[in-house]
Amino acid sequence: MSAGPTSAPVPASGSEPVLDIRDFSVVYRTPSGDVRAVDRVNLSLAAGEVVGLVGESGSGKSTLAYGACRLLRAPAFITGGTVRYQGRRLAQRSQAADVLRMTPQELQKLRWREIAIVFQSAMNALNPVLSVRNQMLDVIHAHLRMPRDEAGERAASLLDLVGIPRSRLRSYPHELSGGMRQRVMIAMALATEPEVVIMDEPTTALDVVVQRDILAQIVELKDRLGFSILFITHDLSLLLELADRIAVMYAGQLMEVGTAGEIHREAAHPYTKGLLNSFPSLRGPRRELAGIPGSPPDLRDPPPGCPFLPRCSYGTDACTRIDMELLPVATSQDPEHVTACPFVLPDTPPREAFQAKDSLDVPDHLTLADELRTAVEPGS
Amino acid sequence: MSEQTLTSAAADRGPLAMEAISVSKDFRLGRGQTLHAVRDVSFNLYRGGVVALVGESGSGKSTAARLLAGQERLTSGVIRLDGHQVEVSSRRAFRRYKSQVQYVFQDPFASLNPVHTVRYHLERPVKLHQRAANMSQEVVALLEQVRLTPAKHFLAKYPHELSGGQRQRVSFARALAAHPSVLLADEPVSMLDVSIRLEMLSLLDDLRRRFRLAMLYITHDIASARYFADEVLVMYAGQIVERGPAEQLTQCPAHPYTQLLVASAPDPDNLGSTLRRGAGRDRSQQPQGAPRGPVSAASNGTAVAGCPFSPRCPFADDLCRRENPALAQVSATRAAACWHLDLAAPEVVSGPQGGGFPTTQ
Repeated sequence: MSAGPTSAPVPASGSEPVLDIRDFSVVYRTPSGDVRAVDRVNLSLAAGEVVGLVGESGSGKSTLAYGACRLLRAPAFITGGTVRYQGRRLAQRSQAADVLRMTPQELQKLRWREIAIVFQSAMNALNPVLSVRNQMLDVIHAHLRMPRDEAGERAASLLDLVGIPRSRLRSYPHELSGGMRQRVMIAMALATEPEVVIMDEPTTALDVVVQRDILAQIVELKDRLGFSILFITHDLSLLLELADRIAVMYAGQLMEVGTAGEIHREAAHPYTKGLLNSFPSLRGPRRELAGIPGSPPDLRDPPPGCPFLPRCSYGTDACTRIDMELLPVATSQDPEHVTACPFVLPDTPPREAFQAKDSLDVPDHLTLADELRTAVEPGS
Repeated sequence: MSEQTLTSAAADRGPLAMEAISVSKDFRLGRGQTLHAVRDVSFNLYRGGVVALVGESGSGKSTAARLLAGQERLTSGVIRLDGHQVEVSSRRAFRRYKSQVQYVFQDPFASLNPVHTVRYHLERPVKLHQRAANMSQEVVALLEQVRLTPAKHFLAKYPHELSGGQRQRVSFARALAAHPSVLLADEPVSMLDVSIRLEMLSLLDDLRRRFRLAMLYITHDIASARYFADEVLVMYAGQIVERGPAEQLTQCPAHPYTQLLVASAPDPDNLGSTLRRGAGRDRSQQPQGAPRGPVSAASNGTAVAGCPFSPRCPFADDLCRRENPALAQVSATRAAACWHLDLAAPEVVSGPQGGGFPTTQ
């Protein structure tokens, strides 16, 4: 226990984070009430880091990323928080700029030049009536001052970068395979040398061989060009291999944040454990797989306490009274490995976990958490 | 050929239900070009057994399933159901066939009609394929079979009111309404969230056992095939390049393409793997070294003479580029189509599972 449970989580280590999202909340306004799609989320991204954001559909992971770039429109409203961006090109400024307070002109300069997005569906994100070359020139001319022939040369070299023959500049999107389209999307995102690239399920529609090839290429480009990646996916197994840190999102809130190794070997939150037990592994012995029965709560009227409670095999009455605060995992060496569940630890055995504690009336979740922590690790 | 003596790993689950014998399907592309979508594919489905058809997009796995479903005409070959050759020329014959062989589509968002309720989706096949005395009782029973309970709660719902998992359950129920003996499931879980995929697969497994369904499970996720299927068929460019019991095939793949598939699957137990160490190393280790250009040419099955995988294969030589290897038996239950199995998978050819069959015919 290197940090007390009362200290605030400090997600990024070392250098100033490039992108720092704090207390960020987004609601979707509907006739039957506000859907709290993103609820007080803290997440930061350091230079050159790959942060994975994992969650099932509807968990708010895309809303979080798009909201941080102010790409949402009504009925989505950002109800609070700050999004500080501090890129190398803007380093001369004394203070990081808050994306949420930027004017449209400032946003125009920020988007693509500083933060670029690779969208999920390359077929829908590319313009079907423009050739690859013209789409790339559009991007370059919109965000950089550059003579025409130089821009053309840049488009060609970007295709080289992602391993597509230059002759494909004249192709239209429908003439490319799914993997090639996705590579064109990546090339376009990199056209302006952004500091941060947000990738929203960039490989979900592709088969595994192509997926692996593209991911390897993304990592190679990242190492060469030094941008940071926020990688959004519902496939945790992918992130365990790819990401430096992983943030697990459920029902609009972060459940656990830790390094890939911590999430893999010492997952603390029951939801993370459930996710880890959801995908069949190809290697090693066959495990009993459980998945996560049930479905996410209705965010118009979220249940009190932990939103995962109805699906949680560790759940107790005390769970309805906790505030969802990310606090360091008690048994972890790393104070940045944080979880929203104060009860369950990485080595807590499933199911029978808290039957004994069920009857206890515990006013404050912290006291129970502390009590359990001492109970779980006697003299270790 | 040796094909005759090969025993399917699904065979001991139950009696033979459906046979595909040397099935081929060509599509004319115009300008004299032909796409050989499915080439000389043979396999059997057994009651209560699951056969997985694994391959990348464009490998012909969905076309193979559509042939079995009677939705496409065969270019050549024979399909038999319960020992009788399938002939679906007339509408009546087709309907009778459909009451035996049902199809589950990949996308539950597209396969249910948005203007109709769950009740309508289920009543229609019941009316078509059965003479149910009590319709509403039958529909409720269907919903309960796929664990959509309480059934009353779901009957009046429209597809948009259901989650992805619930929709896919409705499409399972719709397929069961005909009381089929064969279920063709085309990527039934790949559109669903990772967290509910397992639940759906275990539901399918439960239905398979309860109704002794002969199941064809089409997927690009070879890891799920390992857990769910008895036998795995790996398809590449319209051909079966390897087949065998699910566990053996995934743990000890023989064909270079299967090896590539297995190597490409995300491997969380291999932290700090090739992926994070950077791509250069990655490419030199995998048979991925070939330029990306020919990938699409190879996988659409048109141009290449010889082994279709040869442009991407690290073991390819002149023989591979000239002649297409036939599927040859390597053990009692396994077969692979490769000229160089001795190089690609020596442990399979002569190993403990080898069974002593020579690779050449």
